[in-house]
Amino acid sequence: MADLKLTDVEKAYGDVKVLSNINLDIKKGELIVFVGPSGCGKSTLLRMIAGLERITGGELQIDGMVVNDIPPAQRGIAMVFQSYALYPHMTVRENMAFALKIAKKSKQEIDAAVNRAAKILQLDQYLDRLPRALSGGQRQRVAIGRSIVRDPKVYLFDEPLSNLDAALRVATRIEIAQLKESMPDSTMIYVTHDQVEAMTLATRIVVLAGGGISQVGSPLELYNRPENEFVAQFIGSPAMNMVPGEVVETGAQTVIRLEGGGTARADIPTTGADKGMKVNLGVRPEDVTATDGEDFLYRGEVEIVEALGELTVLYFKPDGREKPFLAKLPGTHAEMRGQTVKLVADPAKVHLFHNGRSLLYR
Amino acid sequence: MHPVIQGVLTIVIGVGGCVGYFYFSNMILDKVIFPARETRPNRTIGLPVVFGLPTLALVLGYAGPLVLQALAGEASMISAVFAVAVTAMLAYYLLKFALWAFPVDTVSPGDNINRANKVRPWLFLFPAMFALGLYLAYPVVGSFWRSLFDRSGANFIGFGNYMDLFAGSSFRTAVFNNLMWVLVVPAMATFFGLLVAQLTDRLKWGNIAKSLIFMPMAISFVGASLIWKFVYSANPDIGIINATRDFFGMAPVDPVQIPFWNNFFLMFILVWIQTGFAMVILSAALRGIPEETIEAAIIDGANPFQVFFSIKVPQIMGTIVVVWTTITILVLKVFDIVYTMTGGNFGTHILPSYMMTYMFRDDGRATAVAFVIMILVLPVMIWNIRQANKEMR
Repeated sequence: MADLKLTDVEKAYGDVKVLSNINLDIKKGELIVFVGPSGCGKSTLLRMIAGLERITGGELQIDGMVVNDIPPAQRGIAMVFQSYALYPHMTVRENMAFALKIAKKSKQEIDAAVNRAAKILQLDQYLDRLPRALSGGQRQRVAIGRSIVRDPKVYLFDEPLSNLDAALRVATRIEIAQLKESMPDSTMIYVTHDQVEAMTLATRIVVLAGGGISQVGSPLELYNRPENEFVAQFIGSPAMNMVPGEVVETGAQTVIRLEGGGTARADIPTTGADKGMKVNLGVRPEDVTATDGEDFLYRGEVEIVEALGELTVLYFKPDGREKPFLAKLPGTHAEMRGQTVKLVADPAKVHLFHNGRSLLYR
Repeated sequence: MHPVIQGVLTIVIGVGGCVGYFYFSNMILDKVIFPARETRPNRTIGLPVVFGLPTLALVLGYAGPLVLQALAGEASMISAVFAVAVTAMLAYYLLKFALWAFPVDTVSPGDNINRANKVRPWLFLFPAMFALGLYLAYPVVGSFWRSLFDRSGANFIGFGNYMDLFAGSSFRTAVFNNLMWVLVVPAMATFFGLLVAQLTDRLKWGNIAKSLIFMPMAISFVGASLIWKFVYSANPDIGIINATRDFFGMAPVDPVQIPFWNNFFLMFILVWIQTGFAMVILSAALRGIPEETIEAAIIDGANPFQVFFSIKVPQIMGTIVVVWTTITILVLKVFDIVYTMTGGNFGTHILPSYMMTYMFRDDGRATAVAFVIMILVLPVMIWNIRQANKEMR
């Protein structure tokens, strides 16, 4: 139930900077998700907020107070670890009560807090069991319960679902979403590499890459208006197609001639000076449609067809491209294998990038 | 013959013997005794060979002579009765096996294979069981048996040795001292080991410190005792204790002659030796604790002491128990330190050293002490094995 403010936060190991220029304002009641490829420093950033890693530069404020040098326990945070980190020798009840016991709370107070958390997480029947007698999902709920009893200002989740199997992951994800809804005032920071978790849970997503913040925004903002090529390709699955090209006509609508002989229109305004500019055209696999007309954005031979029933994913022959061009068409198109297919896209749904940055954000 | 050749020959014969035993015993089992075809067992030959001959050998070679000697008054009645009982038991099992191996009806190939497979585990187990029986079970039984006889070994005196032991004050002193050793040494060695393991965990020079502390483990008990004889020396020019006293102008004392407390000076030598052992095992156990549980405890607000005692120690409790009991078992066996330092004088006897004073002089009494020690070790041993098994799971 607090605001967080990160100002120029930086993490260095010796001379090696792994994180720098992290500026972030987190409002009370938000659920912020840190996503990024592995090794981007998202867990490190979370651990810096928790106080488990020293902040080597910049400032971290919780509720207006600088907490850089305040020990974790006094920051008012609670953390849920990827491996649950339950104390194996304590029962569920003792696990959840540990923090309160350390804080020398009265027995009634501890019991009340534990019972309340157990009720929320449906752990009432398991309170006297040891963690090893619980399933993975139950253990994760205990870990969450351990956070709830402390009534922290900020909840920190470090990839809490990645140790669960697929079905349980979906169920637990929904439980976390419901938990957040039942505690609208609590601030949560959630680290994951799974973009579905990020898209479904977040009020805002922070995409981290290369030791810095790539973009911050609501899930749909990131999907619809990615600031750069990295975010464009990181959010959305399968990833956005990139086709290099050149601006040939400018104005309210821009016309681009693409490598491979295609042309495309984009509802992105450009000025006369932009004529001849090298751009990368980004179009999501779900935003293209097959066409018989003269004009096309991309033309290629279909190499692989993945028919999923409701939709079909087409993989085109790479023809010198790094990654194959992908198209996601509704319905079943098993017959398209080996055929040459032409594709077009809605001008409102294509993205243009110059030097990796979106032209929308010039 | 050159000793190297002798050594090589021993290895070749030993390994070859093992391989040969397993190979040929299985071959005889599968090809001769229970071949994989229909057989018609010949009881009239089988029973005498498998049951008759060995039983006859036992009766003529072992039980018979003993019984005759006992009747003539040359051997004790008890050993004759024992021999008869052993012979009868072996004969019974031989008969059972012979009847099973040579049934009346013809045997189908499948049955033969099944029967071979029933015998096979015993083929593999036999060498181990034989060695264990010879070197472990027989000595235990033999010692107990010997402890029931007098000094010369000729006269059976029942529990006389034990009665004498418990009546003697020096035995009671030894038991009391041993009890103190058992309480103090494992506790202190484990405590110091845990302390060192925790304190050196994150240190740069921790490994050097650990090596130094582990080093006494490599010294024999007698060697360690000699070192500590210098430390405890009454001469201020040699012993550090008296050198310190001398520095403050105090008169020299001989630590190993101070009644009661001298026991603790001796115990400390074993603590010094065993701390390294405890440290190594506990250090490994501490490193096995998931880092995240410690981080979770830090976030929960635990201070370093609470992290150590509420999170770390409970998680390695099983290992602590194993270390503790292992050292306890060792304490009940070590006689060298007392033997070297005081020879059991000045009220420092413990059971093993007490046993050594009687060895070769009165074997009946010495084996009685040995048996008492074994009875005392047994429960600790069982606990130790159980814990170690639990840890392995």
